[in-house]
Amino acid sequence: MEDSIAISVNDVSKNFRLPHQKVTSIKSGIVNVFRNRNKKIEVQHALNSVSFDIKKGEFFGIVGRNGSGKSTLLKIISGIYRPDEGGVRVNGSLVPFIELGVGFNPELSGRENVYLNGALLGFSKKQIDAMYSDIVEFAELEKFMDQKLKNYSSGMQVRLAFSVAIRAESDILVLDEVLAVGDAAFQQKCFDYFEEMRRSDKTVILVTHDMGAVQRFCDRALLIKNGKIIKVGKPLDVAEDYIAENVEATNNSQKQKNRINEDLSLKIKEQTDNEVNIQFKFSELNKIGAYIGFSIIRDGASIAELNSSKVDLDTANGILNYKLRTDLLNPGSYELTVAGFDKDRRLISTSDERVRFIVKGYDITRGAALKLDDALWSVPIKREHKQPGSDQVIQPDN
Amino acid sequence: MHNFKAKYRYSLILFRELVITDFKIRYQGSALGYLWSLLRPLFLFSILYFIFVHFLRIGAGVEYWPVAMLLGMVLWGFFSEVTSNGMNAVVSRGDLIRKINFPKYVIILASSASALINLMLNFIIIAIFMWVSGVDLHVAALMVPVYVFEIFIFGIGLAFLLSVLQVYFRDTSYIWEIVSQALFYGSAVIYPVSVVIGENPFLAKLLLLNPVAQSIQDIRHVLVSDVNLTLTQLTNSWWMLVPLGIVIVVFIFGAWLFKKHSSRFAENI
Repeated sequence: MEDSIAISVNDVSKNFRLPHQKVTSIKSGIVNVFRNRNKKIEVQHALNSVSFDIKKGEFFGIVGRNGSGKSTLLKIISGIYRPDEGGVRVNGSLVPFIELGVGFNPELSGRENVYLNGALLGFSKKQIDAMYSDIVEFAELEKFMDQKLKNYSSGMQVRLAFSVAIRAESDILVLDEVLAVGDAAFQQKCFDYFEEMRRSDKTVILVTHDMGAVQRFCDRALLIKNGKIIKVGKPLDVAEDYIAENVEATNNSQKQKNRINEDLSLKIKEQTDNEVNIQFKFSELNKIGAYIGFSIIRDGASIAELNSSKVDLDTANGILNYKLRTDLLNPGSYELTVAGFDKDRRLISTSDERVRFIVKGYDITRGAALKLDDALWSVPIKREHKQPGSDQVIQPDN
Repeated sequence: MHNFKAKYRYSLILFRELVITDFKIRYQGSALGYLWSLLRPLFLFSILYFIFVHFLRIGAGVEYWPVAMLLGMVLWGFFSEVTSNGMNAVVSRGDLIRKINFPKYVIILASSASALINLMLNFIIIAIFMWVSGVDLHVAALMVPVYVFEIFIFGIGLAFLLSVLQVYFRDTSYIWEIVSQALFYGSAVIYPVSVVIGENPFLAKLLLLNPVAQSIQDIRHVLVSDVNLTLTQLTNSWWMLVPLGIVIVVFIFGAWLFKKHSSRFAENI
């Protein structure tokens, strides 16, 4: 293997037998021996001829929707599963965090769990002794280390697990959805750690649904769908494809879903380079003097809201349009929701429907939603001397 | 070479931590804690001792039979713990196996090490009973670890074998419970071999070809009293090859089967 390659995945395939056919007792084993003669066993192709290389020191992202085969791929790279065909070559030591806090036992104290979890990551008692106080300090759990883990909150457990995990000294790190748990402060710690890893010469594989993190940290990324590689390349391109795939899936599923409120709906009529044309439909709102409000959502949080209180809905004939300028937004995935409000601004009708749109392009801010005008930067002009009268105190007229 | 060393080091660290965890968890929440490891056998043995001395006259003619019987119970308990703990160890550590790649044999070794610790604690109690009963120690007692090792290897071999079967067929534990019960009564644990010799000498020899029965009898012979006749005394030294052969074959086959299947555990548990 070339020295510059950390992991080489070569034509890997993996199949699973579907669970309902799994034989776990001798009786069904014997019965199945006779049955399976004529019956084709249903096989799930988790991975299908997957090949790619990860270079040394690279921060490599793996993205894909649920059930796409990411976790199977990760488990094969980590040596937990054995591929049915093909092979994986790993150049260097590898520590997988398929999950944080592997082996944590609720009946043991925080201290004991640190040693247990550390042992699973390959640390001897001596090594953990040396780093113990750092671990506890980082987790901010000084007062709780002698309490049983079952008395910890889930946030405390995650903090403890993460503090141990980041001590791992292997050449290659495998991280799966670490970001999915924890509050904002914890996520910031994760990000700081990623940043540190990115600057170090370690090879990192990150599996995540967070496209912001992919674009921010990864050197390259891979998109996987139904066990096949769709794309390997620049994080931005991969993230765009992933988002597009998700939008398609969401829109498809929502077409079939019954809306809770049939009165109110929205859709995107067309999208151009600079704007999105949104169409709202309503049936009864105008009769009670109500108005429509919509919000633009990014990463689960509303970034902007607007209402139609200036428009007379009686003239609208059940349809209202809005032209949203997308040049105000940074590249990324956005969602729109709509609701109806009465004259007193009380919510009277909502729609479960969420419509997605993507703003393409290169995001220099790494994840912020609003695009600010970069022509408004200015350097203050140094004043040579005071303007006459500027020091005067204005006396109020009595 | 470096990789081999690193892997070996990892196994050792894991082994140590798993054994400690096992031991800690066993007596979680009990007031007397680790003391129970000693108190439990002390009381159980006292009951058995009392029953065998005063009510069951089964080994009446055999010198120090109650002590020899307790010894047999302890050794059988050890064998039983190694096999059944080992059998369930892989399945019960499923959460670990699915999340991290590590040498799986460590699980079996760790579970059997807990049994070994238990055995040593039980030997302390046995020593008390031997002292109370007035059993003299001979130099031959130095052979005890060798025979314990024989039981240990046999038990681990079976544990390897059974743990693989248990992953694929959960019926294994129920079947083993029955087989192990039959083996218990066939291993001359709660009755002296002399009873069988009196009935049918051939049956006694056959019975002692079972490695567990043979090693228990040998330990009784060297530790308690030489009235406990061993396989080599009943036949000749060559016959010793049969139980030893069984131990070696079971161990090698078990270890081979385990090695072959351990990389598939994660997806089958």
